[in-house]
Amino acid sequence: MGHIDKGKLLFTGGVFLALALYPLVAESYGIDLVTKIMIYAILALSLELLVGSTGLVCFGQAAFFGIGAYAAVLLSPESEAAGWWWLLPASVAAAALYALFVGALSLRTKGVYFIMVTLAFAQMAYYVVHDTPLGGGTDGIYLYFKPGLDTLVDLGNPYILYFFTLVFLVWTFVFLAILLRSHFGRVLAGIRINEQRMQASGFSTYPFKLAAFVTSGGIAGLAGFLFAVQDGFVNPEMMSWHLSGALLVMIILGGLGHLHGALIGAFVFVFLQELFKSEAVFGDFAKHWHLGLGLTIIACVALLPRGLVGLPEMLHQRLFGFSQRAKGKANGKLPDNTATEEAV
Amino acid sequence: MDFSIFLIQCLNALQYGLLLYLVAMGLTLIFGIMGVINLAHGSFYMVGAYMAFALAPLVGGNFFATLLVGVALAAVLGYLLEWAFFSFLYEREHLQQVLMTYGLILVFEELRSLLVGDDVYGVTPPDFLAGSIALGDVMTYPVYRLFVSAVCLLLALGMYLVFTRTRLGMMIRAGSVNREMVQSLGIDIQFLYRVVFAAGVAIAAFAGMVAAPISSVYPGMGNQVLIICFVVVVIGGIGSIRGAFFAALLIGLVDTFGKVLLPQASGVLVYVLMALILLWKPNGLFKAAG
Repeated sequence: MGHIDKGKLLFTGGVFLALALYPLVAESYGIDLVTKIMIYAILALSLELLVGSTGLVCFGQAAFFGIGAYAAVLLSPESEAAGWWWLLPASVAAAALYALFVGALSLRTKGVYFIMVTLAFAQMAYYVVHDTPLGGGTDGIYLYFKPGLDTLVDLGNPYILYFFTLVFLVWTFVFLAILLRSHFGRVLAGIRINEQRMQASGFSTYPFKLAAFVTSGGIAGLAGFLFAVQDGFVNPEMMSWHLSGALLVMIILGGLGHLHGALIGAFVFVFLQELFKSEAVFGDFAKHWHLGLGLTIIACVALLPRGLVGLPEMLHQRLFGFSQRAKGKANGKLPDNTATEEAV
Repeated sequence: MDFSIFLIQCLNALQYGLLLYLVAMGLTLIFGIMGVINLAHGSFYMVGAYMAFALAPLVGGNFFATLLVGVALAAVLGYLLEWAFFSFLYEREHLQQVLMTYGLILVFEELRSLLVGDDVYGVTPPDFLAGSIALGDVMTYPVYRLFVSAVCLLLALGMYLVFTRTRLGMMIRAGSVNREMVQSLGIDIQFLYRVVFAAGVAIAAFAGMVAAPISSVYPGMGNQVLIICFVVVVIGGIGSIRGAFFAALLIGLVDTFGKVLLPQASGVLVYVLMALILLWKPNGLFKAAG
């Protein structure tokens, strides 16, 4: 059992509390935006399980997200609302099933090859919905009736959807936190650090990696379901490699190896994106929002080698000269000042 | 399929494959030697294509002058980029580099939009290459495409000779095998990296420039090429120049004939091929050996 960091616990609890209280002060634009951010946060958490915790860099996470969303739309009856209690598990199962297929094959490869094979499988899924009439082709398809149980859990209502998404975000976070502290999670950490040594000490690593891959795919499918319900519309761009890339950026930006890093990364990334897109702040220049986002990402890489979660520790180091925790942990990983200044 | 159609498709496949090879070679070199996964490589291709469009009026419309100026500018750009954005990243994890180059893609894409706009532009080939030659009774084939194939082939051959026959090539090959050893032999590895990076950028930009009259220039063209080139590099075996060559030709064939024979599935074919090859040989067709 790993020890629980009080600071992290407070931080994460605070974030969830703030999210729960947010609808008291928010307008409908804010509700929609934060719902979207929470969906991306779930997606980022699913990828963090693979990249940060297991060391498997998956470049095709968008496919599982898209399959969850397409399943939610395609399985919905055409003329009435579906019950979410069966539609949600069905979407998750569809994504997990594809993850089982992709994982079983792609886990035979390693390193950069693994990155590319997962990308290849995601591109296949992309082209299948893009080029065949199955999913409406390039136009995508609409979900006319949002699923619900009764008036109490009507997911067509943005406030109810907000809390529904928040519940699943908290659930995903807690589930992954417990999972990573379990025996299973320790094996994944072992695989990340040194897979050969894990094999030498008697673990058959393949089933563990496959289980992590399927779990991750299933959670991405959950995010896809929520996305389809919120937008009421799915199109092939949900599966494009741009989204897979953006997700990787989110978790690296936040700081790999920390669940709350994925959370921070998703929030900061989507927030920055909205900020640079906002015409109120940047006026006409807002349509060139990629520029600001790109420059911010570059500055983050140059200045924050351990992502945003490493920021407090770095500030502490700057202010007080050293930090106890960083001493043993980060030897050689911090950029020397000259290199950093050169880059800026 | 008619024989002359078959021949034309073969020529198209060859031309596309060779063009892919030029871009993929830079990618595989930069990865093999510097260990950098350069997502921004497609942007250099795009920069090249846009230079072919934007520089032409400035240098008086001469195609070869445009090429020359463009390649020189691209090499300088590569040199400066390596200095500003990559030189401090080598000690870091691969993923940090992925993040950095992702940021660069966004910046290049937006700079392109600011400087040239978001419209699609055509680029005209030079007059003496604008014609077509007859193949069979009714079919013709544009001379410019043959010219592109020939130029790419020459460049590929030239690069091969540089790699295998010159001192610089030897240093590059040695650098990809053992960086520290090369450094301790007194070779300025930092400078070597900059040269390799600048060369990779220049070749990608060159590929973009010669491709511009065929494909026209349009927003997002770099990203499309990037993904296909990653496929090429991975199929060929990362870091292997020879592998990239054969893989590029293979992808050229599969893609071109896929579009003719199975238009419905043409997008997915390349990826199916890659998945199959990697399941058969998890490290690509050729092991990295230079």
